[in-house]
Amino acid sequence: METVVNILSWAFLLAGAFLGISGAVGLFRFPEFFTRLHAASVTDSLCAALIVLGLILQSASLMLIIKLVLILLILTYTSPTAAHALAKAALHGGLKPVPDGEGEPSSKS
Amino acid sequence: MFIAAAIAILVVMMLALARALMGPTVYDRILAVNMFGTKTVLLISVLGVIAGRADFIDIALVYALINFISIIAVLRFFEYADERKAEQES
Amino acid sequence: MRDLFAIVMLFGIYSLLSAGFFVSMDAVDVALTEAAVGAGITTVLMLGTLALTARTEKRKGHGPLLPLLVVIVTGAALIYATLDMPYFADPDAPAHQHVAPRYIQESGTEIGIPNIVTSVLASYRGFDTLGEVVVIFAAGLGVLILLGVAGDRRHDASPSTMQHHLVLRVITKSLIPLILLYALYIQFHGDYGPGGGFQAGVIFAAAFILYSIIYGLNSAERIISPAVLRFLMAAGVLIFSGTGVAALLLGGNYLDYDFLAHDPVHGQHVGILLVEFGVGVTVTAVMISVFFNFSGRSNARQETGKQ
Repeated sequence: METVVNILSWAFLLAGAFLGISGAVGLFRFPEFFTRLHAASVTDSLCAALIVLGLILQSASLMLIIKLVLILLILTYTSPTAAHALAKAALHGGLKPVPDGEGEPSSKS
Repeated sequence: MFIAAAIAILVVMMLALARALMGPTVYDRILAVNMFGTKTVLLISVLGVIAGRADFIDIALVYALINFISIIAVLRFFEYADERKAEQES
Repeated sequence: MRDLFAIVMLFGIYSLLSAGFFVSMDAVDVALTEAAVGAGITTVLMLGTLALTARTEKRKGHGPLLPLLVVIVTGAALIYATLDMPYFADPDAPAHQHVAPRYIQESGTEIGIPNIVTSVLASYRGFDTLGEVVVIFAAGLGVLILLGVAGDRRHDASPSTMQHHLVLRVITKSLIPLILLYALYIQFHGDYGPGGGFQAGVIFAAAFILYSIIYGLNSAERIISPAVLRFLMAAGVLIFSGTGVAALLLGGNYLDYDFLAHDPVHGQHVGILLVEFGVGVTVTAVMISVFFNFSGRSNARQETGKQ
């Protein structure tokens, strides 16, 4: 039982770390804002959920577990909302998604 | 294993910081700061579980809320700025 | 870079890093305050200022060489000074010698709450905290005096521009009660874990600021009007100093909580509770007032710009 819990939490933490790193690399290297937004926000939400799940499986006391569950709920609730708000604001501000090639910001820098 | 997760999160934070400094448009910077904030929450939670203390998670919780609120505030600031510019030009 | 907005964002990241340092040094209360205040409220208020002023800095008269030189010299002098300081957590360091051992050893018996930071802040060094609360109150007063008491504003007839942000409105409607509840938890849990009046006040204010951002300033002001806020600002300071006066009237010195209840330890508990409550009320009221003031000004400028 112990080892199953350990292996499961290892798996969650590793998956979360891998997603996080791939999201950050995407943020760093994608050519245009909306592609970066997609990479960053999608991987961010899932990475956070997986890492917190892995931590929950490993935590010692009940108080810790309750608080981690709260963090999980809040992050799942607010990360996609923030990404949505960002995309909406960018569209409103004039940035247009360009299907192929470099995006051209209209007025901002 | 927590150390590995913590190091991975730190790497992500460095990359996000790099994007915050280079991003051509301002929305890139906001996105990078948002990601930096979420990763900070995760980092503090990992440190909390390593140390076994529940207090650290309080800080992470506060920071998750504050991060969300400041991103919304920033975006609202942009809406105002755009509207004012549109009115001044019209 | 001269784009002030990018600078504000970088400031936010810097505050976050400081909070990380404090956590790694095991100073949890400070980290909580730094995360709440530095990364959250300061960013929001600075953005409010940017909305009222300009977005880029004016070109300065001198080049960047002179400030760089000043910063390098000051930084070098500071680093040279730290070489002389005792090692981190050295038990023989002067900071750990005189009063600190007494606080740490006696706090359990004299005051009896687990969080020594709160016991030092609210009881042993209560005067300092009174000074801090008065400073926050004075800052709020200063903003009100300088920016006008938010009464001369035409209520905008235009609907809130966030009307079409359905997702955000739904999410914040369900999130705000939880934030308020969490603020209450931090306020009263300050005796046992990190927390206390300052952090709780900031989080309370953050909930109201979130509401005001999404639903517009008018709805927010209907909920908690500027007059009530002005009253609350003063009320917090009154509660704090009133506790001190009550201790005076009951036979002890000013702010000597031992006399507030039938036995000293209970007196200390009651005193700390009241004092932290006063701090929380003032901090909340000042933060919300300042934010309302900034938004109100920015609305008013939009109005006069339209006409």
